[in-house]
Amino acid sequence: MRLLTHNMLSSNIKGVEKGFPLRIEAEKVVEKPVEMNADFLRKMFEKVEWKAFVEASRSMGYAQLPEEVDSGMLESDEFLSRFHHALLELHLEEGALVCPETGRRFPVNKGIPNMLLHEDEV
Amino acid sequence: MWYLCVFYHRLLDYRKPEVESLAHLFGAFEDEQNGDVPSQLQWKLPIHHHPDSPFHFVNLPSEQVARSIANRSILVKGMYELWGEGGSYEELKDSVLSYPDERKLPYLEAGSTFKITVDSFGKVMSLNEQKELIQGLAYIPFKGQVKLKNPDHNFWLIEIDNYGRNNGLPPIVQRRIFFGREVGGADRKLIPTYQLKSRTYLGPTAMDAEMAFLMANQALATSGKLIYDPFVGTGSILVGAAHFGALTMGADIDIRVVRDGRGPNCNVWSNFEQYGLPMPVGLLRADNNRPPWRSGLKEIFDAIICDPPYGVRAGGRKSGGRKLLKGAVEPYVVPDDKRTDHIPSTAPYSLVECVHDLLDLAAKMLAMRGRLVFFYPVLRDDDCAETHFPEHPCFKLISSSEQILSSRYSRVLLTMVKVGAYTKEIAEAARLKHLEFRENHVKWLQDGNLHSAVFSPIDAQLPEAGDSKFIKDPKPKYRGKYV
Repeated sequence: MRLLTHNMLSSNIKGVEKGFPLRIEAEKVVEKPVEMNADFLRKMFEKVEWKAFVEASRSMGYAQLPEEVDSGMLESDEFLSRFHHALLELHLEEGALVCPETGRRFPVNKGIPNMLLHEDEV
Repeated sequence: MWYLCVFYHRLLDYRKPEVESLAHLFGAFEDEQNGDVPSQLQWKLPIHHHPDSPFHFVNLPSEQVARSIANRSILVKGMYELWGEGGSYEELKDSVLSYPDERKLPYLEAGSTFKITVDSFGKVMSLNEQKELIQGLAYIPFKGQVKLKNPDHNFWLIEIDNYGRNNGLPPIVQRRIFFGREVGGADRKLIPTYQLKSRTYLGPTAMDAEMAFLMANQALATSGKLIYDPFVGTGSILVGAAHFGALTMGADIDIRVVRDGRGPNCNVWSNFEQYGLPMPVGLLRADNNRPPWRSGLKEIFDAIICDPPYGVRAGGRKSGGRKLLKGAVEPYVVPDDKRTDHIPSTAPYSLVECVHDLLDLAAKMLAMRGRLVFFYPVLRDDDCAETHFPEHPCFKLISSSEQILSSRYSRVLLTMVKVGAYTKEIAEAARLKHLEFRENHVKWLQDGNLHSAVFSPIDAQLPEAGDSKFIKDPKPKYRGKYV
């Protein structure tokens, strides 16, 4: 599971007010290179919740993202490549995503998060 | 400028919509500021031709656009700049001679290579007959060298005649001959390269390669776009989109299909690896009826392409147990120690609710002008007047293409463009509808149950005297919507 995916997910258990961002419990993190596409990165930059993204990146072992950002930084190749690396090249293979409100764990196995809710959460 | 567009004679309903979509993709409508209304191309039929004919004239802004459309398409056999046409070879000669020299001479120069292909529709011509016809074109001042493999210019002499019925093509009333310079054509080699026969990981409802490419073309898949399939299964649709450069993401409620596959080398990832395509950006197990997206997320996908479960060969599932939703049992709490490996029960997901959820997801998550491309099953009922396709205030339906699957039902590929923003009112209406589906879970399963309509035995009442076979609607005598 990449951080792009993580940034889109939340715990939608019945009754939960704030299910985003899910806390990452990383057991196995893998790095896989991906070809960079600047257009795609610029588009995603507008959609990413930055604070949650930096925090998640840290829990995956990558702490090189700036805390605060503005769209001017997209001009910098250095920033783009760090953004690209954190967004698309870090993979959570095994671990879990934890609901910030209830502590419920959504397991991640073989890189696939299981976001299916149980019968009493629906 | 008008071009002669010769289609392959298959998937008839899909041909023009593909060209229209690719025209959008390659900027044919850049000049027009029509706001919400997607522009359309101008089409003409050659004289005496039936609308199902492979031959059409289309007006395109430039040769560059025509070439791009033809080369990316799957169903355009060839796009030609017409130099002449006629009902006889004499008429053709007059027509070609009167075509402006400044359009012809640049392609006839010494130092270039060319070839002339003779094509006849509905009849086979011997090599000698072809040679004679080519020699008959001596009035055109070809100065280049003949080169049969990869020439600079490819000229086509196309003859269509009334060869009688039952030749597999729509009826032609009179002979017509065309002569043109080829501008581009579909790369049909894609089909054998990606065919399902050699795909590593297949499922029972994997989308066939040709259709996956058609869907990707309808969705305007290109590099830099993010395309989502909420019913990803083995990823067959995403493979088509990834081939055209898009980044993909998929979800499925069945974790075995998405995570496990049939082994470490036989899963969704290996399907992409097989063709050297970039892996999906994300795969997840999620229920479309209870999506896991954070509430602020919207307009993130450039397109959504999918084949929702119709309930005929593969049924859809959603969260909640059957008994739970029927009210037969109370909601139960899973004990903590059993939580980790608990497999939540699921209930049947009617097509109506499934499509409602899909439209709601798309309305929220698609970027403005983004495309939703999906298959919708319809019963082939003679009595049924108009087929009602699903509607949504955020979307405009721009094409529907039917593919007949059996005598009982077809599937229709719907292409919708997002033209309206997802407002609070729309969100509220969707929430209420979702609750209504929950309340009436049983009712929705019974109404519109496609499975029984498709698989129920043929009616015991046979038509009257003299006819022992049951009546089918009179099929045209050429291969039409059946393929």
